[in-house]
Parts: sequence; C-alpha cells; structure tokens
Amino acid sequence: MVELVTETPSVMTLVLSATGWKGHRPGQHIDVRLTAEDGYQAQRSYSIASAPQAGRLAITVERLDDGEVSPYLAGELVAGDRLEFRGPIGGYFVWDGTDGDRPVLLVGGGSGVVPLMSMIRHRSTIGATTSMRLLYSARTLEDVIFRDEIEQVAKDGVAVYQTLTRTQPPGWTGYGRRIDRAMLEEVAWPVRDAPLALVCGPTSFVEVAAEILVGVGHDPRSVKTERFGATGG
Amino acid sequence: MTFISRGFKGRRQQPEDASRLPPGQYLVPDFPVLSAGPTPHPALNEWSFTISGEVDSEKRWSWEEFRALPSETVTVDIHCVTKWSKLDTTWRGVSLDVLLDGVETAAEYAVARSYGGYTTNLPLEDLTDGKAWVAYEYGGEPLEPEHGGPARLLVPHLYFWKSAKWVTGLALHNQDEPGFWESNGYHMYGDPWREQRYWGD
Amino acid sequence: MENRESRLDGNAIGGLLAEIFAVEMTSAEGTCAGCGSVHPIGRVEVYVNAPGVVVRCPSCQQVLIRIVKGSGRAWLDLSGTRCLEFAVAD
Repeated sequence: MVELVTETPSVMTLVLSATGWKGHRPGQHIDVRLTAEDGYQAQRSYSIASAPQAGRLAITVERLDDGEVSPYLAGELVAGDRLEFRGPIGGYFVWDGTDGDRPVLLVGGGSGVVPLMSMIRHRSTIGATTSMRLLYSARTLEDVIFRDEIEQVAKDGVAVYQTLTRTQPPGWTGYGRRIDRAMLEEVAWPVRDAPLALVCGPTSFVEVAAEILVGVGHDPRSVKTERFGATGG
Repeated sequence: MTFISRGFKGRRQQPEDASRLPPGQYLVPDFPVLSAGPTPHPALNEWSFTISGEVDSEKRWSWEEFRALPSETVTVDIHCVTKWSKLDTTWRGVSLDVLLDGVETAAEYAVARSYGGYTTNLPLEDLTDGKAWVAYEYGGEPLEPEHGGPARLLVPHLYFWKSAKWVTGLALHNQDEPGFWESNGYHMYGDPWREQRYWGD
Repeated sequence: MENRESRLDGNAIGGLLAEIFAVEMTSAEGTCAGCGSVHPIGRVEVYVNAPGVVVRCPSCQQVLIRIVKGSGRAWLDLSGTRCLEFAVAD
C-alpha cells in the first residue's frame, strides 16, 4: 500500500500499487484476504474507487466498529504495509463507457458510492460526453465520501443530487429524506430515454431503489444492482 | 510462503480453558447469524412439529401442545463448522427423549426438516439419552427468528449445522439420507472433536 | 426486514466463481430449474454467511447453486440451474 487518504471520520481510501495490475473495469471489486500469524483468515470484497490505471488502484473502505477486516484496513494499516488481494472481479455491475450515448443513472447509498465514483472518474479520464446523473444518499454531511470531488464533477457535466437522511446542515439545498419514489422520479431519466441504472449500497437501500425504478417502468435488465449487505465487516 | 498480514489478529477471544475448544475452532464474542436463505416466519397457530417416516403412527404437536410438554434448561458449548465456538450457551427446550417417547420404530436415522426447506441428517441414537432438544428459548428469551425461532433443533455434540433452525419435524429412515449440506461436501456425521467437516474427514 | 441485510447478490461471489470457471460469471445468465426464469448471476440472491455459498433464484427463491470449499477441495451443485449462458471468444 502506498498511501492512505482520510475521506470521512469513518472512511479511508487505500491507494495500492500492484505489479502486473492491468487496470480494471469501473464497478469491479477486489477480494482482500487477511491472514493472522496462526493462519486464521478473513476475506472481504472492496469496490475499486479509482479510474482504471495500470499498476495502481484505490479502494475506499468504511470502518465498521464491529467488523473484522475494515477496522484493520482503515485503522491499523500504514503506508508501506503489504496487502493480499485478488482481482479485478466482476463483469455485471460495470460501466466502462462502451455503451454508446446511453444515459446513465448512478444511485449510491453510503459507501455504495465507491464503485460509482470509479465510473464517474473514468468518464472524465476518457473524456466521454455520456449524460450521467448521480443520486447519492448519506446519513449526514460528515458522512459524504468524496465531498469536494463530487462538487467538482457537478461542474464537469455530471448532474449530482444528494440526500442526507439523518441531519441536514443549515441552508442545505439537497433532499433530506430516505430515497423514495418521488425522489427517483425527479432524478431519473424518463423511461423513454432507456437509461442504464447502476444502484449500489446496503441491501435494503438497493432493493428499495431497484424496486421503485422497475415499478415506474424501467426495464429490469437495465437496472443493475450491487448489494453490500449491512456489515461487510 | 504464506502471506501474513502484519498485526492482524481478527475478532477472536482466547479461551480460559483451551481443552474445551475442538481442533481448529476459535471463540467468538457474539453469536454469528448463519443463513442459507430468507428467514421463515411460521405463525405460531400454524406451527407444528411432526415425527414421521418409518414409524407405526405419525406424531404431531401444535405449538400449544409442544409448549405444554415438560421442558428443561441446558447450558452447552456450541461449535460451528465455519470454525467459531461459543461456550456456556443456555437454552430451554423439550428433550427429544420426550418427543420420541412411545414412538415405535426400527429406523436408525433421522432427517430434521425445517420451515424454508432446510434438512440435515443424524443417527437416531444421537438424538436420544439427553443429547438433543427442540429449543425455543436462548439466554432466557424467546428464540429470535434469526437464530431459528420459534424453535430449533439443539444437538450440541455435533457441528451446529446439525442443529436445524426453524425445525418442523423429524423423518425417520432406515438409511442415512444426506441433508442440505451433507449432500454437497459436508460430513454425514460431523463430530467437532474428530474434526469431521467435509466428505472423507 | 430482519435478515434482509444478510442477503447479497451474485457480485459478491465473483471471486469465488472466478476460481471455478474459466470465464467471468457474474455477467452470465442462469435459468432456474424450478420456475424457468432467467437472471444474470450478478442479480441473483446470494447467502455467504453459511457453511457454504447458497445462490437462490430472485423469482422463486429456489436454490440455484451451492458451493462448499474446504480442505483444498470444492463441491459445486448446479442441479437448481438448468442452463448457464455466457460469453466466449469466437
């Protein structure tokens, strides 16, 4: 690991250098495996946050206090430590800009924004003009990951909609509630535009969002989902 | 060379008495929830426990009848094949000796069946002589659905996958019929002290 | 609601499937032997907090795939999946 970046009080980005790494497709993840001295092992999946790049990748990890792997990754690891992982993994939950001009709706809950950020960064890197909207749900402003960068991409042609479900700061102009049908109907491209939707977050968040999108008429095959579960550990 | 993650220990506890841990097991502070599918929620007025198969006559209890049977409180150690163990867990339930009392059978094996479709096989003799219960309380509280409530099998001397959650009956057989995990790699018997995890162990 | 969070999807076992299959499998499509519905593996329901991995059909909840790994072996039960369609090089 080459670098640690603190994103929020509970979220850190780990920048990894990996010999022979050929890059990845945005949306893919890696499986990180930790091994104790006595052979005890624990493995978890982490989405890649960075845009595709040879030899280098970044994962963004939310520290869950009752978890087993995340407190080690986002708490004990220091720059220079080595990490065992495999990947890139996945091919279903990806967007790599090879889909023509089809508009893209990204819906992220909590750390579910991480693989979506890889897609947003990739869009900038390749200079794509794909119409892209991001709906990002976090608990509080403090929990918003990539806050400055999200403001920046909003100027770069990605329409950003945010909702803070628990507390909103004074003057907050975004949404202030859990994701619901009215919100998704306001944010999502109309069905006739046949957008691709990528939804990622905790299981219940993903299932609510996907159910609404399909319910308002989007093709279920165009609503791709990735569930993080509640813990991930 | 095996890769070691510097400083990684995991969330395990050191046992005070290591002799209580079967080989390859570690202690956990919490009670992990394992599930192979959606949690079933049988309504108590529709719940039943049935002993069927190679029996002279089938026996069946409603929830009310089941709860009227004599019960006992037991404190046991449990060992999950995924390598966690938990010591001194306290349960309340009905002994299988009570449920099997008066059942005439030549069968030597049983398959426990659960709401949701789960099955697991055990020799009948591992269910008798005070070794197994249908438990409905854990730690003095009604058994939570995620831990197998309203009632689960409790067979603590075997790996915990044998202690079927959401149990609704036993089918008695002359042959040992593999259950859900036993038909896909897991050991037919599953003795934690002999580390019988997989086929051939 | 409870237990809902223990349900993941096929993306979560992409790495495990990559150990077994020669092609990327989360974008493959599986036909349920029970109800006949077809779903991408990335979309199916997956339970990993269990003695093995259990994959279920999102339409009917029947078991599609079971995978157990241990002692340097793996056991793969595909009896609940009638057909798998995936991309290969021509």
